[in-house]
Amino acid sequence: MRRAALILVPYVWLLVLFLAPFLIVLKISLSDAALAIPPYAPTLKDGIAALIRELDFENFVFLTEDDLYWKAYLSSLRIALISTVLTLMVGYPIAYGMAKAPDEWRATLMMLVILPFWTSFLIRVYAWMGILSNEGLLNQLLTWLGLISEPLIILNTTTAVYIGIVYTYLPFMILPIYAALDRLDASLDEAAQDLGCTRTQAFWLVTIPLSRNGIVAGSFLVFIPALGEFVIPSLLGGSGTLMIGKVLWEEFFNNRDWPVASAVAVILLLILVVPIVLFQRNQQKQQEAEQ
Amino acid sequence: MKRLSWFNVTSLSLGFAFLYLPMLVLIFYSFNASKLVTVWAGFSTKWYGTLFQNEAFLDAAWVTIKVAVISSTFATILGTMAAYVLVRGGRFMGRTLFSGMIYAPLVMPEVITGLSLLLLFIGIGLDRGVLTIVLAHTTFAMCYVSVVVSSRLVTFDRSLEEAALDLGSTPWEAFRLVTLPIIAPAVISGWLLAFTLSLDDLVIASFTSGPSATTLPIKIFSAVRLGVSPEINALSTIMILIVTVGVVTASLVTKRNAVRAQKDAQAAERAG
Repeated sequence: MRRAALILVPYVWLLVLFLAPFLIVLKISLSDAALAIPPYAPTLKDGIAALIRELDFENFVFLTEDDLYWKAYLSSLRIALISTVLTLMVGYPIAYGMAKAPDEWRATLMMLVILPFWTSFLIRVYAWMGILSNEGLLNQLLTWLGLISEPLIILNTTTAVYIGIVYTYLPFMILPIYAALDRLDASLDEAAQDLGCTRTQAFWLVTIPLSRNGIVAGSFLVFIPALGEFVIPSLLGGSGTLMIGKVLWEEFFNNRDWPVASAVAVILLLILVVPIVLFQRNQQKQQEAEQ
Repeated sequence: MKRLSWFNVTSLSLGFAFLYLPMLVLIFYSFNASKLVTVWAGFSTKWYGTLFQNEAFLDAAWVTIKVAVISSTFATILGTMAAYVLVRGGRFMGRTLFSGMIYAPLVMPEVITGLSLLLLFIGIGLDRGVLTIVLAHTTFAMCYVSVVVSSRLVTFDRSLEEAALDLGSTPWEAFRLVTLPIIAPAVISGWLLAFTLSLDDLVIASFTSGPSATTLPIKIFSAVRLGVSPEINALSTIMILIVTVGVVTASLVTKRNAVRAQKDAQAAERAG
């Protein structure tokens, strides 16, 4: 009896507040704009047959006809991919340095990586607005150093979005790589060097392949949320940056086109299934390897 | 003792400079007398003064804290139950669906979670306000709590629970007297995580809030869309300060407990 209650409470909660909302999104993405503008009725009272008769893929057809949408998907994929690579390039050396640091520093370094994660995401993105703007700190510094005479335009470009994503998601990249490097046996590296590798060769041939799981996990942890990102492109990217999270938001709040917003969401989810499944598989493999 | 090579020292210093300089800049300019955030015009704390007179911000802060306390508490209870079911529940109908629903929200884009919940609330005719934000935050935060708690449940020695049951406790007593004290640190960090996630959330709150309830992130977002403002810098400084004090205290406490546990273990070894 108690066991049933224990299972049912969280189960029903998730069914009502997680699964049901999804089915509604799916349903609305397949309905007519005129019918779905509020108040629409997400009921099944007309029966399944009527529901199926009403199904209508015109929102999805609309998405393929207007090039705004597929451009936004492609541009989100490109931005997420490039920023994942950049985050890896910035994060790996930091994780490597942490793994090589003396033991008594480890806890402090770890805390320094985690601290920004607890700080408001919005504030961390906002911090860059003052730095990157035309009269911002970076331009002031570069002008003062005599490197530029005209301010660089960075804010409201895709470059600013890359900086924002690398900055905010860096801890997600550092932590899994650090965990992988920390488990690594230092004598393997020494053995490679004893057998004639240079330090650089040993790094590329031994350390990198052995920290592969951390690299893969970190990359997915950056790529997956970056793909649907809304805050960073809307604060740093300006009107020129096209990302699907922003398109969905505007479709919903500005154009009030719920069926199209729902169709955008359904396709975004379908795209996300691939990296999510790959990520799960990587985690599972890692767990099996540990046992 | 190991010594760091110059390469590692450089990458660590550059890396941490990158992580911390933007926040230090933000804090520095919150004490700027000028309204223009990027022009330094002398030290002043006036923006903190205007911040505390800004009723709209204070109201939003109050709503945010209320939502965060309630939703993280519910999320902790539901998340701990879910973790217990996943790790100890054995087989039951629809177990795969259940664990899928626990992990899916972790990777779901916030815009989709927000959109879907809003459509649900409108569909069942629930007015948007504090209640709907609480429901939304509880749902996504409980999944984070359950991941944190289940990772602790997996590693702990099950025979302790079995011993309590053998000695005549009911399952509920065994949970309350044996399991809960052992997993308490994970439950507390789960609550803190849920609390921070709720304080921080802009996207889901924007979808699920109504005109009657505005949270602080929504307020900040609409203010900073118009550009950088010294008041927001002051507000950010306060928030960064609170988080820093919290995290540093938590890590010092953990460290002290670890040292104490080590000493106890050594003492026990000597005595034995």
